[in-house]
Amino acid sequence: MFYREAGQYKTTYSADQAVFPILQDRIGIFVILLLAFVVVPMTVSGFVLSSVLIPIMVFALAAIGLNLLTGYTGLLSLGTGGFMGVGAYACYKLTTFFPDVNIIVLILASGLFSAAIGALFGLPSLRIKGFYLAVATLAAQFFLSWCFVRVPWLYNYNVSSAIEVPTRTAFGVHVTGPNATPVTRYLVVLSIVVLLTWIASNLVRGRIGRMWMAVRDMDIAAELIGIKLYQTKLIAFAISSYFCGVAGAMMIFLWFGSAEADSFSITQSFLVLFMVIIGGLGSLLGSFFGAIFILGLPIMLRTLPELFGLTIRAATVEHLQFMITGALIIVFLVIEPHGLARLWQIGKQKLRVWPFPY
Amino acid sequence: MDLLYKIFADPFIQMGHAPDLLLQTLWEGLVGGMLYALIALGFVLIFKASGVFNFAQGIMVVFAALTLVGLHAKGVPAFLALGLTIGVMFVLAVAVERLVLRPLVNQPDIILFMATFGLTYFLIGLGELVFGGDPKVMIASELYLPKGAIDWKVFGGFVSFQKIDIAAAVIASVMVATLAVFFQKTRIGRALRAVADSHKAALSVGISLNQIWVVVWFTAGIVALATGIMWGARSNVSFALEIIALKALPVLILGGFTSIPGAIVGGLIIGIGEKIGEFYWGPLFGSGIESWLAYMIALVFLLFRPQGLFGERIIERI
Repeated sequence: MFYREAGQYKTTYSADQAVFPILQDRIGIFVILLLAFVVVPMTVSGFVLSSVLIPIMVFALAAIGLNLLTGYTGLLSLGTGGFMGVGAYACYKLTTFFPDVNIIVLILASGLFSAAIGALFGLPSLRIKGFYLAVATLAAQFFLSWCFVRVPWLYNYNVSSAIEVPTRTAFGVHVTGPNATPVTRYLVVLSIVVLLTWIASNLVRGRIGRMWMAVRDMDIAAELIGIKLYQTKLIAFAISSYFCGVAGAMMIFLWFGSAEADSFSITQSFLVLFMVIIGGLGSLLGSFFGAIFILGLPIMLRTLPELFGLTIRAATVEHLQFMITGALIIVFLVIEPHGLARLWQIGKQKLRVWPFPY
Repeated sequence: MDLLYKIFADPFIQMGHAPDLLLQTLWEGLVGGMLYALIALGFVLIFKASGVFNFAQGIMVVFAALTLVGLHAKGVPAFLALGLTIGVMFVLAVAVERLVLRPLVNQPDIILFMATFGLTYFLIGLGELVFGGDPKVMIASELYLPKGAIDWKVFGGFVSFQKIDIAAAVIASVMVATLAVFFQKTRIGRALRAVADSHKAALSVGISLNQIWVVVWFTAGIVALATGIMWGARSNVSFALEIIALKALPVLILGGFTSIPGAIVGGLIIGIGEKIGEFYWGPLFGSGIESWLAYMIALVFLLFRPQGLFGERIIERI
């Protein structure tokens, strides 16, 4: 009744090909952006901003990156954590070499290094596929984590072998380092994520995205209709790693404030993969849902017993959290194997025909 | 030039100078490789029969060992605890089949892979909740596993063999032989091979897939228990063992996902390659290369044989 595109006539091709062709969607995204950019920074406390919203944004971006590779191109990768690390360390080196450059530019540039490394480790993808490729990308993960520990140049020969984020500004405002307010950091993260999501949404609708999906659906058939497999797969690896690299740089510069090699362990790779699969393979919106679900779950599990007035030992809570997370993943996959994005689709469809059942 | 010398000549000269050290390293690698091979074996069993890439195999190893030690700590005699643990693994197999595999049948591989991640988390939580997360000592002497070492004098030096490693080698060989006989000679084994060949064809001749899955997961559980006991006897039983599951993955791609001999040969190659690489070439790169060397070896193999050493040839049709 309220969500129905009947009567919305398109008179130009550009109107027909808009990112949000339906008026209600445009209003919806406008309201969400208004909330995110204006209302949230004014109302939400700094603690929530830096411990809930920034992480969700950062991981959503990483999940979009992996989704481009796994969901759209069908190449399973377990090296996300490593690629995020490349972005972070590249950004750190860039801030060392160019201390006066706008930090936002550096964060966006650091993704390029990650893209190069990603394309390099994507080279085996023409020969091998499926789980074999997943294990091959683990090589990237372990090799890169090893580099973060063993190559002292990367962390400027620090004694602690950790990277400490320096104070940097953009447009005269402190963006990184201890002087940056959570609101500034949140707004920077949000802007970058919105920008890159918009780019990604246009990528997957365009020629490149269609090539990716053709390769995902059947690579031999894609090759027969003239898609260069190698090129397509390498582009997928490079762009996916770019997104992951930017996410990694943001994670360290705008969230953690300092990093060790451990920040980019295999655990991160798995976490991002969870988000992609729970959110929905091949859906950008799903990446956000997945990040919210996976990061929100522990917070919920921690606060839930308190709501009911139960007191459980911290260790037990942690164990229970593992069990419940595991069980929920399975239950969730059984109920909806196509992820939260599919649930959203179904909901939209129901809304469209409401009040009739079909 | 100096670097080339250090990479291509120096390690071999070292090997020539101290053959006993080389033998010792080889043996260490062999034992490590055997344990990788056993974990890979669990993977292969499940992958062949149900097409599931079982990420939880590593955790099943820890969980089995933890159950055994935990039960013993609660006052159950060692061998009764062993029996009970086998029972627990059976219950686990049935539960996995009922609650995970059956509802998810015919879903894409990646969804099932994801589900085994859920299983991993669940087992970690359960194991820690029931038995506590602190490292435990494996009840090796209660299970009459030998202790101490044998020194073998050779090349003017000596090579020391831990008795527990020898026992592990024997047990592993016996287990693999038993599995081979089980697969080749028994009725269930034939059914298993039929399922591995084609699910649909197996179903059409009246083989119960559900039953086969329980059998396979139970077998993998027993393999996990044996691995857990042996690995636990060498170090401690703790969730740090989890990391060896990741080490088994390059073994898998080296040997091929569907080949039992591949898992064993792959395990030995990775185990020996890793130890030799770490010992002779490691110092050159600032050590710690053990963590990724195995993957690199596997990657190089993959470039030449994308389906692994013994894997079935991948035939693709449109």
